[in-house]
Amino acid sequence: MNDQEKVDKTRRTLVVATSVVGGAATLGAAVPFAASMLPSERAKAAGAPVEVDLSAIAPGQMAVVEWRGKPVWVIRRTKEMIDALKVAEAQLTDPGSEASIQPEYAENEYRARDPELMVMEGVCTHLGCSPQLRTAEAKAEMGADWAGGFYCPCHGSKFDYAGRVFRGAPAPTNLIVPPYTIADSKLVIGEDEKNKG
Amino acid sequence: MATRLQALWGWFDSRMPSVAEQWRIHASQYYAPKNFNFWYYFGSLAMLVLVIQIVSGIFLTMNYKPDAALAFGSVEYIMRDVPGGWLIRYIHSTGASAFFILVYLHMFRAMLYGSHREPRELVWIFGVLIYLTLMGEAFFGYLLPWGQMSYWGAQVIVNLFGTVPFIGPDLALWIRGDYVVGDATLNRFFALHVIAFPLVLLGLVVAHILALHDVGSNNPDGVEIKKTKGRDGHPVDGIPFHPYYTVKDLVGAVVFLVIFCIVMFFMPEMGGYFLEYNNFIPADPLKTPEHIAPVWYFTPYYSILRAVPPFFNSQFPGVLAMGISVMILFFLPWLDRSPVRSIRYRGAYYKTALAIFVVTFLLLGYLGVKPTTVWGQFGFDAFFLDTKDRATWMARLCTILYFAFFFLMPWYTKRDRTLPVPDRVTH
Repeated sequence: MNDQEKVDKTRRTLVVATSVVGGAATLGAAVPFAASMLPSERAKAAGAPVEVDLSAIAPGQMAVVEWRGKPVWVIRRTKEMIDALKVAEAQLTDPGSEASIQPEYAENEYRARDPELMVMEGVCTHLGCSPQLRTAEAKAEMGADWAGGFYCPCHGSKFDYAGRVFRGAPAPTNLIVPPYTIADSKLVIGEDEKNKG
Repeated sequence: MATRLQALWGWFDSRMPSVAEQWRIHASQYYAPKNFNFWYYFGSLAMLVLVIQIVSGIFLTMNYKPDAALAFGSVEYIMRDVPGGWLIRYIHSTGASAFFILVYLHMFRAMLYGSHREPRELVWIFGVLIYLTLMGEAFFGYLLPWGQMSYWGAQVIVNLFGTVPFIGPDLALWIRGDYVVGDATLNRFFALHVIAFPLVLLGLVVAHILALHDVGSNNPDGVEIKKTKGRDGHPVDGIPFHPYYTVKDLVGAVVFLVIFCIVMFFMPEMGGYFLEYNNFIPADPLKTPEHIAPVWYFTPYYSILRAVPPFFNSQFPGVLAMGISVMILFFLPWLDRSPVRSIRYRGAYYKTALAIFVVTFLLLGYLGVKPTTVWGQFGFDAFFLDTKDRATWMARLCTILYFAFFFLMPWYTKRDRTLPVPDRVTH
């Protein structure tokens, strides 16, 4: 184009305005598509509290129940398991659970309402795998000073019997304790003073 | 008869001359350097595998069911009841691994001969985009059989996005479409795997080749053949792609297909590396398998992810390191400051660095398929030992070396003692 040819300013403005409006409309049209990928109403509706019969769980035994599609572990901790919590305290990332997620009543060294009953989301805080139980017998694999706990097979994070994470593992915080209540020999996961159903 | 055909072609050509023109531009009159060697097979082979994957994929779709309740069973149905279904599935699963082997070799070729250097940066960038798309495509595809590895692999990778500060959890929720990996996730991954990503992949392959044919191919000497042209206006050291390289690539394709068939017929699982054993167990959201590892082609990056300890109560630094380890590839053309392209004329610095990089990459890949406890623990205690697993420390060392290769590149390629580059290609 040579300099003599004049740019029609009005036409240029109209072209810009049309492009902007067209761009905005395209963006607007993308919203329902993006929104369609969010959880559906059906997915949101699922997730009621779960009941567990505690009398069926022997001391030292672990039960896995499903709550909101996630595994929740229930362990009746033996005295040895409770004592094991003291062994490795110095090697933990967050022994006092200050940076971790749990209800107020579980913000203690046992991370539980009752030291003998562990209720924990079995979902690694690193990237969501489910760690596995490794008792004190697994010393050959876990090291001579292993007192028992959990091991995440995905990225090697280690946790003690209170779900507290060991340093040097990729998991940043302790395992999450879900809200729960205990009444007699019945455990209700997903419901407590603050969370009703 | 010949004249009839010629007349027909003439009729067609006069109405759509661009077909003949494109053939000339990209094949019969595309002059490629005459000194291509073994390393130059992998580009065309990768295209061949792309075609194999598309064709086998179309036929798998005819019997596969993208439904969490039916997916695992439908894959077994394909394997057992669909006539030839086992063959089509093994073609597709072997093709996935073959694709990555070829792409890794193809990328390594660029690093050997400086094919990413000016003026071919765009060719390289489109190439890296193809690699990224391929990673996505492989990841989505791996969820579809709905086995244990599918499930937990997807769980981990989707949660990688969940670690992004502020928007992470919502982003992960949006990707999954549910609070856990479930039917919604499977269904959308199916859509992305069979239509969205293949379309993107095809578009990028076209862009990759157009960009290449605009600037012309590099060669093992890293010499610009367009500098020396004959009286006919074509590079003296160039030969038409067709028939010279179409024939050469055809030989490569035959050899490749022989190897491909041996793997497909006799070792489709490749000892658990191409098809992981845990994936023969249906997905169980309540139980992670004893030992999980991604498919082999992701393991170098997975090792980096696993090696980085959390900072400030966040696992994001590890995720970031993994992201950077892939994204850094985009910057390779500008990180390399050497005056020469090809390894043939480079000095000891680059040769050593590249050798260490290859070993590092392979070692990271190896460590990624093994649990962190594979080499046992250190027997001593020290304040800096946050973990005593030897393998974790090795992965950390390799991670540092991996990044050093890229971040120190401007420095060592500049200082390297290079050899004089000849004016014309040698062979």
